[in-house]
Amino acid sequence: MSTIDPAGPHARSVAGLWWAMLGGATLLTLLVFALLALAFRRGGGGDRTQDPRLWIGWLGLAMPGAVLLALLGFALVIGARTLPVPSDDAVAIDVVARQYAWNVAYPGGRRTQDVLHIPAGRPVNLRITATDVIHSLWVPRLAGKMDAIPGHTNVLRIEADAPGTYQGECAEYCGTGHKDHGFTVVAHDAAGWTAFVGENAR
Amino acid sequence: MKALRLHNELTAIWRNEPGWRGHLRSVNHSDIGKRFIVAAFVFFAIGGVLAMLIRAQLATPRSAFVGPDVYNQIFTMHGSIMMFLFAIPMFEGLTMYLLPKMLGSRDLAFPRLSALGWWCYLFGGTIIVVAMLAGVAPNAGWFLYPPLSGRTFTPGINSDVWLLGITFVEISAMSAAIEIAVSILKLRAPGMRLDRMPIFAWYMLATAGMMVFGFPPLILGSILLEIERAFGWPFFDPALGGSPLLWQHLFWLFGHPEVYIIFLPAAGAVSTILPVMARTRLLGYGAIVAAIMALAFLSFGLWVHHMFTTGIPHMALGFFSAASALVAIPTAVQIFAWLGTLWGGRPEMKLPMLYLIGFFVVFVLGGLTGVMLAMVPFDAQAHDTAFVTAHLHYVLVGGFVFPMLAAAYYWLPHITGRQRVMRIGEAAFWLIFIGFNLTFFLMHLTGLLGMPRRIDTYPEGMGWTALNLLSSVGGFVQAFGFALFLVDVVLQIRLGRRHARDPWQAHTLEWAMPTPAPAYNFASIATVADREPLVTAPDLGVRLARGEGMLGAARNGWRETIAVDMTTGVPEHIAILPGNSWLPIATAAALGGFFLAMLAGLYPVAPAFLPVVAWLGWRWAWTNGSRHDVGMVDAGHDRRLPTAFEARQTTGWWGSILAIGASATLFASLLFGYGFLWTVAPGWPPPALVAPSLLLPLLALAGAGCAVVMARRDNAMIAAVGQGVIVLALVMLLVVAAPAPTSHAYAAASAAIAAYAIFHAVLAVLILAFVFARERAGFHSASRSGERRIARLWSDHAAGAGAFCAVLLVVPGWLA
Ligand SMILES: [Cu+2]
Ligand SMILES: [Cu+2]
Repeated sequence: MSTIDPAGPHARSVAGLWWAMLGGATLLTLLVFALLALAFRRGGGGDRTQDPRLWIGWLGLAMPGAVLLALLGFALVIGARTLPVPSDDAVAIDVVARQYAWNVAYPGGRRTQDVLHIPAGRPVNLRITATDVIHSLWVPRLAGKMDAIPGHTNVLRIEADAPGTYQGECAEYCGTGHKDHGFTVVAHDAAGWTAFVGENAR
Repeated sequence: MKALRLHNELTAIWRNEPGWRGHLRSVNHSDIGKRFIVAAFVFFAIGGVLAMLIRAQLATPRSAFVGPDVYNQIFTMHGSIMMFLFAIPMFEGLTMYLLPKMLGSRDLAFPRLSALGWWCYLFGGTIIVVAMLAGVAPNAGWFLYPPLSGRTFTPGINSDVWLLGITFVEISAMSAAIEIAVSILKLRAPGMRLDRMPIFAWYMLATAGMMVFGFPPLILGSILLEIERAFGWPFFDPALGGSPLLWQHLFWLFGHPEVYIIFLPAAGAVSTILPVMARTRLLGYGAIVAAIMALAFLSFGLWVHHMFTTGIPHMALGFFSAASALVAIPTAVQIFAWLGTLWGGRPEMKLPMLYLIGFFVVFVLGGLTGVMLAMVPFDAQAHDTAFVTAHLHYVLVGGFVFPMLAAAYYWLPHITGRQRVMRIGEAAFWLIFIGFNLTFFLMHLTGLLGMPRRIDTYPEGMGWTALNLLSSVGGFVQAFGFALFLVDVVLQIRLGRRHARDPWQAHTLEWAMPTPAPAYNFASIATVADREPLVTAPDLGVRLARGEGMLGAARNGWRETIAVDMTTGVPEHIAILPGNSWLPIATAAALGGFFLAMLAGLYPVAPAFLPVVAWLGWRWAWTNGSRHDVGMVDAGHDRRLPTAFEARQTTGWWGSILAIGASATLFASLLFGYGFLWTVAPGWPPPALVAPSLLLPLLALAGAGCAVVMARRDNAMIAAVGQGVIVLALVMLLVVAAPAPTSHAYAAASAAIAAYAIFHAVLAVLILAFVFARERAGFHSASRSGERRIARLWSDHAAGAGAFCAVLLVVPGWLA
């Protein structure tokens, strides 16, 4: 269930973002800690007047400004990649969450509970809602999470690189059964998917 | 000995009565501040014990220590207590204690209001903790999302305990906000221009302003959810046109500013203590003030980052993501200003400095993970996992607890007048620092490995087992650290040697007084000419004690202090503060009766307490004022000033402005909710609209016009009749023209809007009747006109709200 062991394009780009941010954050942490330590190391007395332009202008304003601008741009690109943009081979699946089960309906009319079948290597749009309280659908190795909210329907694009099974869980606290409100994702190869949904539903 | 005689005379005026009576009637800011601090620490200990239970439960997989029913109450209470009963009251207490002393004043602007806030906090907090001991604590998470927290899924009183108890406690937050803002604006030492204020005052001015505008959305949300639970008005029920997302918006509209409301006072302590510890002055005072203001402003524009996974449109996500990242810049400005300050001085590794280093390390890491979480795609992975738990503890413990520990060691000598005894504080620091990082640094990783928040057990083989065990070990190490801190503080209070004034060679006025502080703070009021008055005049305290400042004499048994012009700091008038009183505790008790009756479900009984509250409020206001003109009086230093009885820009006027501002914010939040439901919630348009009456809105408009005109002609009686007409029109509108509030969220929201206007019109009737009675009793004259002007503010606001609401309610019907 690790977000840093991605198995789909959505989760992979977010993992890339994470490693990049971790690197940047480490550098900034080292910078601040070094400045803090050096403030104590340097000997000598008296009032050593500091230049506010350096500390506040460059270090306080310009440096974080530049870093944040770059980061925001990077994140925006990655965010756009994870959107459910129209696509010819995308599959739409309805997911309804409730205490404490996941009911899934597929094109062609098949239904399952607590198992989400998807085709591997194809974008899947999950149309997510809930019937009782708020839940949140999360398959850490495939994609970020999306809340299941009564009265609202949210769409989450997920995709698995390869056939296999992946663990999903409910991320939003939803009552006494919250911790057991999980499900399994089964990603099929093309033939397996056709067999699952039936010929006419593609 | 002139100093001793002055001390005795002022003490006779300012002290508490002996015994229990004195404790219950005290309105002294030092007393109230210390009580807030002690109670907040007690709640911190309770919340800490709950945290230890959480860590015990999670230490091993498949733990059978407590079941989910109890566990859910534990984590809900841990969060709620730490936020509402520890963090906010703690800085309120510190500020109440310190602020007047730093500003060179003898007390806060509204001493009885501080006392009222204290009793509301104590009673409300007690209700919540007693409910926990009775096993009916809130259990829907500290942000209490409906529908889980609603009647259907939480049929017991658990959610009501939260909604009513926290709202009761928030009375103290609102009163503290108004109190602090007005005290900073008006009750400063002569000569203390805005740009000469101690930096802490700037931080608290921003904090208080944020509280005035930040808490009303939460209070509104709590009222609406409680009404839904109690009376079935479906604000959050999607089956009847409500939306659970409305709660999230209202909650986080408060919840994000809240983070900065907690951080800014702590940062204010850092900016105050750090230059003293480094034997220099603060680098970039102006830039820091600008950064504070930017933070206060920006923090209202990023609440949606708590809702990135609720299906918000992509464009909006981008905006709120950028705003959330942007807020890092004013924070960075402060961080580097502090580092530059250290570089410019000779930092000494005294105990407060050690805790400040802890603050730097922990808070910088929390800030960096905050920037990560501001990135929408990453948030979608990390949201609702242990990563977020780790982040928020880095921010809140780093940004609040460590600075408060530094503040505790820095100001304890002021409170106790004693030095600390052994080097226990250093040991406590290392235990807290190491324990904290062990617990929470690892939780970032646990979260990335997919462990969600708020689960009571987890299976083996997920890669979470060792991390959780280490986190739990760290948690207990930390708990030992806090226990040692407590021991250290008790030892200092009990055994510490008395020390001379100002042990740190500090810069600010709170050290220009004997310690522990006398009830009146300063025997005479300092005049300041720069930002660090004690650097230029180290003997200031002695001179003030000899009565060489302003107001250096006792008179008429009055509790006097100087009120200044807001910007220039030129003395304007003499504020005469109220003395000890039963009214705060009595009012809090009456409010407590209301909240307890609501909690018990005795809905017909609860309103019976409101006339009692109104009657106490009447008595409260009645004790102010003077029945004869006083004219100009001697203020010392060859100056004559008017008293507050005959002044224009009084604290009462500014307090009313802020209170009305807070109320208007609540109303704006309600209108936001109305518009939000209309555009976003399912099940709209509603099946039935308010009937398109013409007569009733016209009636309300006529009443409002009458109230506005007559208040200006000083005819309070007829103005009150105008307000009464507004009440009549709105009640008629609800009874004959509006659909039942339980039928649809539209009807519920319309009724809530009308209720807001009716409440304010009734309040205006009371205020105008009060003015009428005071006129006849001789409290008003041409120069003593303050009450009339304050009454006009409230009356105008009620008239405007009444007319606006009456029209707003019928507009949909007209357009349909
Ligand atoms: Cu769930
Ligand atoms: Cu936030």
